[in-house]
Amino acid sequence: MTATLGARPAPGRGRARARHRLAVLGFMAPALIGFVLFFGYPLVATVVFSFTKYDLINAPEFNGLDNYAFMLKDPLLTKAITNTLWFVVVLTIARTVFALGVASVIARLRSGVGLIRTLCYLPSLAPPVAATLVFFMVLRPNGGPVDSLLGVFGIDSPLWFSDPAWAKPGITAIMLWISGDLMIIILAAILDVPQEQYEAAELDGAGPIRRWWHVTLPTISPVLLFGVVNSVILALQLFTQAVVAGSAGSGAADATGSTKYLGFPDNSTLTFPVYLYTQGFRYFDMGYAAAMATVLFVISFAVTIVLVQRMRKNSTAEEGGPGA
Amino acid sequence: MTATLTKPPVDAPADPVRPRRERNAGGLLHWVATHAIGLALGLMFATPVVFVFLTAVMSDDQAFTADLWPREWHWENFVEVFDKAPLLRYLVNSLTYSLLATLGMLISSIPAAYALAKLRWRGRNVAFLLVIGAMMLPPQVVAVPLYDTWSSLGLTGTLWPLIVPYFLFDAFSIFLLRQFMLTIPQSYVDAARVDGCSEFQTLVRIIVPMAKPGIAATALFCFLFTWNDYFGPLLYTGEVKDQWTLSLALATFKGMHIVQWNSSMAVTFLTMIPAVVLFVFAQKSFVKGITFTGVKG
Repeated sequence: MTATLGARPAPGRGRARARHRLAVLGFMAPALIGFVLFFGYPLVATVVFSFTKYDLINAPEFNGLDNYAFMLKDPLLTKAITNTLWFVVVLTIARTVFALGVASVIARLRSGVGLIRTLCYLPSLAPPVAATLVFFMVLRPNGGPVDSLLGVFGIDSPLWFSDPAWAKPGITAIMLWISGDLMIIILAAILDVPQEQYEAAELDGAGPIRRWWHVTLPTISPVLLFGVVNSVILALQLFTQAVVAGSAGSGAADATGSTKYLGFPDNSTLTFPVYLYTQGFRYFDMGYAAAMATVLFVISFAVTIVLVQRMRKNSTAEEGGPGA
Repeated sequence: MTATLTKPPVDAPADPVRPRRERNAGGLLHWVATHAIGLALGLMFATPVVFVFLTAVMSDDQAFTADLWPREWHWENFVEVFDKAPLLRYLVNSLTYSLLATLGMLISSIPAAYALAKLRWRGRNVAFLLVIGAMMLPPQVVAVPLYDTWSSLGLTGTLWPLIVPYFLFDAFSIFLLRQFMLTIPQSYVDAARVDGCSEFQTLVRIIVPMAKPGIAATALFCFLFTWNDYFGPLLYTGEVKDQWTLSLALATFKGMHIVQWNSSMAVTFLTMIPAVVLFVFAQKSFVKGITFTGVKG
């Protein structure tokens, strides 16, 4: 405040300050109202609902810790948590490593950079539903392109979205195909590594691989941490690809009218958000869904704290540096 | 699509590390190897869409076979899918959702981002942390009470529960716009004040024109996010078919026309076009916007 208003003449100060406050309030008012309506209230209400039995038609009925107690003995919830944990571990590692690998290759190219970068990035703009169907077609076991390719080598294609063991790897493949945004972020970070550092390492006799390992990686590690946190959040939220893969795999006639396909095959694609959706909006067990939402909130809150800490550390370390 | 992809690189990162060594044979070999891997990667990302396209133009019978190349090119498949499902209706719904949401986002997020980036006030840092928190929150966490509220207002089954929030608060857009506005030197803002501009005039006359690329990028992301959204439309309009968006309808199309690979791939291909078109026209904004999401706060 002092810095921006210091230049003003003394008599107008009080009025200027009041005007300034009014301006801030005016600019922030819609956001403030929106935050309260769409985040503040529902967060509190979710916790309140989680202690009730509520089916959307009859008034919520307080039932203490019943929903949480039921969680402990719900085999489907255990399945959903296991599936989501699978994605948190596998998808996070695979996505970060894959994006780093692709970005490292692109960073070394001398020509055709724009074309290849575009090819790698474009799939991430595709609607997730479309991306899932693309892979459903490409990976289809009876005469799909990948099946034909594997056939050349005499390998039988896995059943992918019809096989409980392969459905999650199939979804992971989709997620890698659409990880172009993370690639671009990592690529920008790699290209930002000061050239002098490479030259110094080269003078010390480091080859390309050692330069990558000892110069590139440490310098871009904050961005890699961002990639990890970002991927964990993505994995925790995994919904669309799981639902669409399940419905396409099961061949369900109406993708919004039945619950049979959710988690198909054999609940292997039943992620935590999918199960929450099923309980809340298919079986209208809103209380139980709210309890699950509360758990999801606590977990994603913890993850967010990690990210915020990292951003804090970063902005104090590079105070005043250019924002790139 | 391929024609669009040959556009030259526009943005700065296109010119990478370019050491002057390695002019010998080993350097050439290295060049060939790196570019072969790069090309292979590019093809790997592109081929799935190529297969989708080739399948989409096959005849009904051939699409069922293991053939990769169409014997005859049935371009009319792209037209006939409009008879198999009310795609125009879904297209209108998708556009309604995406365009209104983007418009609302611009109205509500630009002032908020300005206040967070360029004005000093108590509670600013807390407010920014809340924005980040909201951005990271899985949409399923708040779905139960929100659905409950919209349902009691009688608005479930319409697109309004999806659109209205954007006119008040969109965490990601506020975050991204703030990041852009931070790069505008404070001296411009101070100079405007010295010239007697009110905060509102400073925003409209100085900040908005200077932040145009950032605003464009944010609008693009908002449009694409809503265009691609599946959870929201499923939650609120899943039961009301004529309110479906394209993404929602596409998920069903595969189910209804399970045997017809060519039709479902034609629709899949069509839903991917807007993103590609937007990208071609605004490649620079995209790349800039993406890198901004990954940098320090």
